[in-house]
Amino acid sequence: MNRESRNLREEDLHAYVDGQLDAARQAEFEDWLAANPAERMRVENLQKQNAMLHALFDPVLNEPVPIAMQQKTPSRWKPFRTVSQLRFAAAAGWMVLGGAIGWAMHGKDATKSVAPLALAQQAAIAHVVYTPEVLHPVEVGAAQEAHLVKWLSKRLGADIKAPQLGTIGYELVGGRLLPSNSGPAAQFMYQDARGQRLTLYIRTDAREQHETAFRYAQEGKVGVFYWLDGSLGYALSGEMERQQLLLIAETVYHGLNP
Amino acid sequence: MSKTEARIEEHIPSLRRYARALLGSRAPADDLVQDTLERAWGRFHLWRSGSDLRAWLFTIMHNLYVNQLRQGNYMPATVPLDEEAWKVSVRAAQEDGLEMRDLMAALNRLPEEFREVVLLVGLEQLRYEEVAQVLDIPLGTVMSRLARGRERLRALMSATAPPTLRRIK
Repeated sequence: MNRESRNLREEDLHAYVDGQLDAARQAEFEDWLAANPAERMRVENLQKQNAMLHALFDPVLNEPVPIAMQQKTPSRWKPFRTVSQLRFAAAAGWMVLGGAIGWAMHGKDATKSVAPLALAQQAAIAHVVYTPEVLHPVEVGAAQEAHLVKWLSKRLGADIKAPQLGTIGYELVGGRLLPSNSGPAAQFMYQDARGQRLTLYIRTDAREQHETAFRYAQEGKVGVFYWLDGSLGYALSGEMERQQLLLIAETVYHGLNP
Repeated sequence: MSKTEARIEEHIPSLRRYARALLGSRAPADDLVQDTLERAWGRFHLWRSGSDLRAWLFTIMHNLYVNQLRQGNYMPATVPLDEEAWKVSVRAAQEDGLEMRDLMAALNRLPEEFREVVLLVGLEQLRYEEVAQVLDIPLGTVMSRLARGRERLRALMSATAPPTLRRIK
């Protein structure tokens, strides 16, 4: 076999393994392979190598896509890439100021198309900032629920509700008023007997949208189900499995739309 | 979100898979994906409609990767496997034995020019012509790097497999 045909065989061998050999050539190659057991062993080894690469890295395909990746972020403003960075910033104490400026700037860019993903991102930020609070998790406690709901409804300019989640073991802790890139937003916080906390973030959406399908996003440990209903955007955040959070999101949805 | 942007989103999982395999750990890999997406969205007007979007995205990622390598931002061969990579390999190892861990270690030691070709073909299943386009090298170079890279990877794996531990240069 001369050098050129040896190289051709070598290329065919890889193309065969990678499924990139055309049909006619493939049949011919298989005949040759049948007569060359040593080469067949090489083919099998290469096939195994490819299979192992897939076994090792295909699980990445199933990981939830981080929120930041799904968003057309203006590159001049990169606030926090991960929740761990966010936690650090929150601990450092300058997060609220930086966040507010970021939101204001982001608002300018986002006026044309307010992507629902911004809703999830802002909800996740608010969740991460307030759920670890021991002394002041909320501004107004559940004891004054009627006042809380009335106050937040007035500030948001829409009738909002704090759904009852007692049937699934979560009680209202209270709520607070927050800034968002579409005006005031509300956050209700819930807690179960083990101290696991959920937040429901609500803001008014400038555009009248009626998309009620749930979407899911994840940033670090925080999962967010978010949806639009009429002129309101809702985002439920929690540090738990997606399936579990989905069940709660459905309960929230039914609580809001009895 | 427009249709075209949604089309970019479709490729995020495979961009993440490739970056993870290239860099070995999650945080730098996801940063590379993020940079790739920002550039892609920023330059979407430069993408020729009808051409292969996936190859275009991988091209952007390759260029960013090479730039960062040049700036010494990655030192894959000397950085130990981090916790994340370890978890992936342990999970895989439960199914397919210790070879998976060896594969991870061997990939880390594989020279850059081979690693990219081996992964783009073997993992991302790009066509050879697409790999040539992404890496901006002749098709013949793709083929020779593929053959040598795979052989090197195999040798590295058998070298890292216990009990015959050999010293890797």
